[in-house]
Amino acid sequence: MSNTVTQAPAHDDHHEAPKGLVRWLTTTNHKDIGTMYLLFALLMFFVGGAMALIIRLELFQPGLQYVQPEFFNQMTTMHALIMIFGAVMPAFVGLANWMIPLQIGAPDMALPRMNNFSFWILPFAFTLLLSTLFMPGGGPASGWTLYPPLVQQTGDALPFVILAIHLMGISSIMGAINVVVTIMNMRAPGMTLLKMPLFTWTWLITAYLLIAVMPVLAGAVTMLLTDQFFGTTFFHAAGGGDPVMYQHIFWFFGHPEVYIMILPAFGIISEIIPTFARKPLFGYDAMVYATASIAFLSFIVWAHHMFTVGMPLAGQLFFMFATMLIAVPTGVKVFNWTATMWRGAMTFETPMLFAIAFLFLFTIGGFSGLMLSIVPADYQYHDSYFVVAHFHYVLVPGAVFAIMAGVYYWLPKWTGHMYDETLGKIHFWLSVIGVNVTFFPQHFLGLAGMPRRIPDYATQFANFNMMSSIGAFIFGLSQLMFVYIIFKAIRGGAKATAEVWDSPKGLEWTVPSPAPHHTFDEAPQVK
Amino acid sequence: MLTATFRRGLAAAMTALAATLAPAATLANDWQLNMPIGVTDISADVYRLHMTILWICIVIGVIVFSAMIYSIFRHRKSLGVEPAKFSHSTKVEVVWTIVPVFILIGMAIPATETLVRMEDTSGSDLTIKVTGYQWLWEYEYLDEDVRFFSRLHRDSDRARQLGSGIDPFSVENYLLEVDNRMVVPVDAKVRLLLTAGDVIHAWWVPDFAVKKDAIPGFINEVWFQANETGVFRGQCAELCGRDHGFMPIVVEVKSQEDYQAWLAAQRGELGDRPVASTNR
Ligand SMILES: [Cu+2]
Repeated sequence: MSNTVTQAPAHDDHHEAPKGLVRWLTTTNHKDIGTMYLLFALLMFFVGGAMALIIRLELFQPGLQYVQPEFFNQMTTMHALIMIFGAVMPAFVGLANWMIPLQIGAPDMALPRMNNFSFWILPFAFTLLLSTLFMPGGGPASGWTLYPPLVQQTGDALPFVILAIHLMGISSIMGAINVVVTIMNMRAPGMTLLKMPLFTWTWLITAYLLIAVMPVLAGAVTMLLTDQFFGTTFFHAAGGGDPVMYQHIFWFFGHPEVYIMILPAFGIISEIIPTFARKPLFGYDAMVYATASIAFLSFIVWAHHMFTVGMPLAGQLFFMFATMLIAVPTGVKVFNWTATMWRGAMTFETPMLFAIAFLFLFTIGGFSGLMLSIVPADYQYHDSYFVVAHFHYVLVPGAVFAIMAGVYYWLPKWTGHMYDETLGKIHFWLSVIGVNVTFFPQHFLGLAGMPRRIPDYATQFANFNMMSSIGAFIFGLSQLMFVYIIFKAIRGGAKATAEVWDSPKGLEWTVPSPAPHHTFDEAPQVK
Repeated sequence: MLTATFRRGLAAAMTALAATLAPAATLANDWQLNMPIGVTDISADVYRLHMTILWICIVIGVIVFSAMIYSIFRHRKSLGVEPAKFSHSTKVEVVWTIVPVFILIGMAIPATETLVRMEDTSGSDLTIKVTGYQWLWEYEYLDEDVRFFSRLHRDSDRARQLGSGIDPFSVENYLLEVDNRMVVPVDAKVRLLLTAGDVIHAWWVPDFAVKKDAIPGFINEVWFQANETGVFRGQCAELCGRDHGFMPIVVEVKSQEDYQAWLAAQRGELGDRPVASTNR
């Protein structure tokens, strides 16, 4: 088995390994590319986070103190685009690059050159997107959903935003194809599908979702482009089109996109909890089937994002029932994680703390999601801060906490050093307090009638907004610790063993820490 | 200004916390936690649905979170426990797949019932066409020859400018007052026909449990029937550009006689002149 592989430049037999910048530009190594994806995501997390703090600063008290409404709208739009396409998705792709080959015993991703290309598109796409902020008319300000006709009022930025989205889409599709091909063809002998680690499983399903829906988004934004510049009227009532059709197409992409951002998180949590509970994952098969059912359901619930557009009663009922159904497989997941902890022998290192916080807080986001599925009540919740609270609960202590849990979990494998456990725990507690102080009061604001995407608000909303802003700054600033902890571990620290944790399961723990540049040149045998 | 805000917050905390815990409050208050019950039968039904699903979530949450917390405190290595070996149990897995289905069905029935009633716009007593523009509303009373625009009240508009130096707390109903209010009679089924002149807007008044998109080129229908007189406030709920946050909705529900008097006054003033503001 190749867990005897040492730090061996001898394995670089197929090419002269270049050094410095050229190494990173030309690398086809899944670990290098994974690292680049993760660092890029971290950078974008701070760019998008800075925008969030501008938003929360303006909302600290009623009245306009710092920014004009136009700029505020650009911030909400860009914050979402950057966090979704620049931070969360690339972070998951980075984890996939690093961990999928290690988890299935493959020497690399199946399509290494495409892998390099799909990463290097991203810096260009996001430079383009961010540059629109400096164009005449400013950046996009119509919300990340880019609804027409409002989006048609964007200044010079519109075609650049659309090109940037195309580039991100191409990158995602290539990344997804790579994941599918790798998992389908490069599993070690004996690694049957139902022996795959859950992180690999959830990514396989996510990759199919990506391939299915990114072209739909591309189609939608291309129609916006032709409506704007080539005289088509897909979304103009005056020319026989329908602005609501855009919303249907967009959310046909948008709802699966939501699961693209949470299924890999489910995978990470399903890896971490068994390790620290010292007990096998409860209901492995059910976890796989639940993931697949959630993916299937994600294609038939899109219109629950737009109950207020005026749909026929039967349509609304269909989307309500289908949406409620999602609670069943999601419930199975939460119950299974709980049952995994049950009668285990738990310890609470930083990855486990983040995983447990995920369990509690994602569940709260799930509850508000269930509430949102009830159409008559959704009329009250829709486009209010209640929705803002809901999706931030599933995305921040959901997706982002899972990414952080995964980073702490695998960081010793990547760097060969243990991270600073004390600092990790402080980072965890500041994050978990910050997140709840930020987002929990937003439920109250929404129920009390505060619409989302407004730069200023009536005075009765002042108290909870102030609270929320304070939480946002606690959360945002405490992420500087995360960066410090990561770079500290890269530079040194206690040496990590191959297993790192207490007898974790999975092939990634059979290779040394740090994982050598080339692993599994000889496929391991899985029993 | 900042410390004033803090002080106000603290004072409000003292007085209002108790009041908000009780779920009444159609009146806006600084610590409002919950959805208003509102002033229509539908809004009360919606509130009940909301509370039912909320309590279901709370009960499930308490059970699941208790199990997690118990486990976290009792099943830890530092207590010297040996980890169990089990990895599945068909019986419990079937139970926790099936039981939620029944809870969902129980939830879907009243939700469907309420939705069906919300969608029934027949038999209305009057119809008002509501048009959203960037960034004001137009109300047209069909068959009544009454039509006017309704935009953010001047006092709020002055205070909300960047660096205006005006404390929003000094403005009555900051951002929630208009120059011309929409006026409707009490106990009458009011049908709204919603559309827009430029981009999509959404007409939202929480006390009526009405939120519907106003879409250019299309007409949406919605209705409400207020059981009480009074003034009810809402806002545009669909991002509609720069001043999306500054196009409030104010509906004044009057007695049948007062409404007729208001209508007559409006008709008298029709012409090229802009319509005078309603009495406030
Ligand atoms: Cu509007």
